[in-house]
Amino acid sequence: MDAFALLIAATLNAGTVLAFAALGLLINERAGIVNLGAEGMMLVAAVAGYATAVHSGNDWLALAAGAAAGALMAAAFGLLVIWLNTNQYASGLALSLFGAGFSAFVGLPYTQEKLGERASYRIPGLADIPLVGPALFRQHPMVYAAIALTIALAWFLYRSRAGLVLRAVGESPESAHALGYSVRRIRLAAVMVGGALCGISGAYISVVYTPFWVEGMVAGKGWIALALTTFATWRPARVLLGAYLFGGVTMLQFQLQGEGVQIPSQFLTMMPYLATILVLVLISRNPNFIRVNMPASIGKPFFPGS
Amino acid sequence: MLKLETRPSPSRAMSLASPLLALAITVVIGTVLFVLLGKDPLRGLEVFFVEPVKSVYALTELAVKATPLILIGLGLALCFRSNVWNIGAEGQFIVGAIFASGVAMQADASTGRWIVVVVIVAGAVGGMAWAGIVAFLRDRFNANEILVSLMLVYVADQLLGYLVYGPWKDPAGYNFPQTITFLKATQIPKLFTGYRVNIGLLLALAAVGAFWLLLFRTYAGFQLQVGGLAPAAARYAGFSSRKALWLALLLSGGMAGLAGGLEVAGPLGQLTPHVPAGYGFAAIIVAFVGRLHPVGVVFSAILMSMFYIGGELAQSRLGLPKSLTGVFQGLLLFTLLACDTLIVYRLRWKPAHAAKPTPVLKPKEGV
Repeated sequence: MDAFALLIAATLNAGTVLAFAALGLLINERAGIVNLGAEGMMLVAAVAGYATAVHSGNDWLALAAGAAAGALMAAAFGLLVIWLNTNQYASGLALSLFGAGFSAFVGLPYTQEKLGERASYRIPGLADIPLVGPALFRQHPMVYAAIALTIALAWFLYRSRAGLVLRAVGESPESAHALGYSVRRIRLAAVMVGGALCGISGAYISVVYTPFWVEGMVAGKGWIALALTTFATWRPARVLLGAYLFGGVTMLQFQLQGEGVQIPSQFLTMMPYLATILVLVLISRNPNFIRVNMPASIGKPFFPGS
Repeated sequence: MLKLETRPSPSRAMSLASPLLALAITVVIGTVLFVLLGKDPLRGLEVFFVEPVKSVYALTELAVKATPLILIGLGLALCFRSNVWNIGAEGQFIVGAIFASGVAMQADASTGRWIVVVVIVAGAVGGMAWAGIVAFLRDRFNANEILVSLMLVYVADQLLGYLVYGPWKDPAGYNFPQTITFLKATQIPKLFTGYRVNIGLLLALAAVGAFWLLLFRTYAGFQLQVGGLAPAAARYAGFSSRKALWLALLLSGGMAGLAGGLEVAGPLGQLTPHVPAGYGFAAIIVAFVGRLHPVGVVFSAILMSMFYIGGELAQSRLGLPKSLTGVFQGLLLFTLLACDTLIVYRLRWKPAHAAKPTPVLKPKEGV
């Protein structure tokens, strides 16, 4: 039973990585922008976070550095797609390719570095409950932060005026513009917040989740997070559930490997990627269903006054 | 302040000048980067732009790396023109290499040179099959081809790992994860003795002609391009978007697979985990920098090949990480996309208080 509790704990931890990135991308897409650069932003943020953790010894500073790196890269992307009207797919790809190269380049000295003893966390009292304690209450604070963020984002999108404006910008930038809202600034803000959240996710991987730095360590999690927003039909709570589901798939693979199941490890490593494809197939098979849920202006440029 | 103004019609000149402008900006940033790293910037530029073209041997090595980039870049150019976003060419390259290796490993001492043809065809078929999965899932289930094709890169990479660590491992290879060295009969014929460049280069150049004809001189190519530029018009004209999707993916997958096959049976001579060298991703940049035009692809593939060789030289001569290649490749695409804005728009200097030129809607927003 203890093993089961640990599996749950590990699933929530792995899901947290995906949740931060996917919630960030959800904010982007709600404003009508698809950022295929998630993988690149997460890689650069992972290096930024790791370097900060190595030099300062402070994990929170490291997460902040990751957020800043993500936001900065997202800003560059945002200026391109929002002000220069470049193709969103191509620009996002450029960001991912650049991020992969840049992080490998900057991160090279850090592949040798090690982080100090990792802090362990426990919620007093609750952590000692058998089974439930080890499963739920001995997590890194960011695991709970992801849940809080999901609730906050759901409130923001559906209950606040600013959230309504954000959704309006994503559904019909022309109308939002006609009402006097600055579509471009709102989109840039959304893109940068999304980048910051992807950055937190990247830094969480290198500082808390793994923790070490190696070239290409994000290993497609940015792309899986992109798939999650579609899977969740652009709803925050479903994004979180989807993230845990994928966290579970990732952990199941280690669990099976640990139990010595006679499947070559490579096939187990394939699982999250195959699961992503499967999920995309299941959710997309009805085009109308996707069309109804998808922010209407997604991927389309908006040029005021043209 | 500077304002963007829509040009009456897209500028053809700018479309050709933009890659050069982007390259210039990338070089400037690169120079600054070298200075920041405490390296002589002139030496840095020499390593990237002079040494790869300095000798006959260097030129042939440039061609060795440009060959897969041309092949994959051609397929992707066609794909992107049809608005099909295949970004998983790297995976199709890997599976092409696997298929070609599967054939090459069957050869024995009595096998004739004809097997080379089978090896090459197997590579193309492998890439097609892998891209075919993407086409099928998009066509049948409407699954996003960007994400599916990319996920399949990771799957292909694991499949390659499984084969070289498992059933295909060379029993006499000291437990290294690699297949046997392919027999001489399966080797892609070289163009000159003493150089690695092989007939793959000729295939790539022939493909440039074939793709040019297909895109600009056939009805099928016309349909593809209309479908990419104006899907509604294509539908109205009765052009099948499903056919376009399958054609674009199978062709680009086949080209990537062909490149993979030529690579394992050519310069590499065996299947190892290091077969994927990022050509599939670099070819995305090749396609865009080459203006999605077959002839342009040749030039941009040569440039990208210089980046690859420059990165290797920067490592051995200047002690810089090889990943510098990736930094410059990414920068180039990023600056290219920014410069491409000038194809459709032009920059105008406007005092902030001047009358707004476009009285459409409420011109509330500043640029």
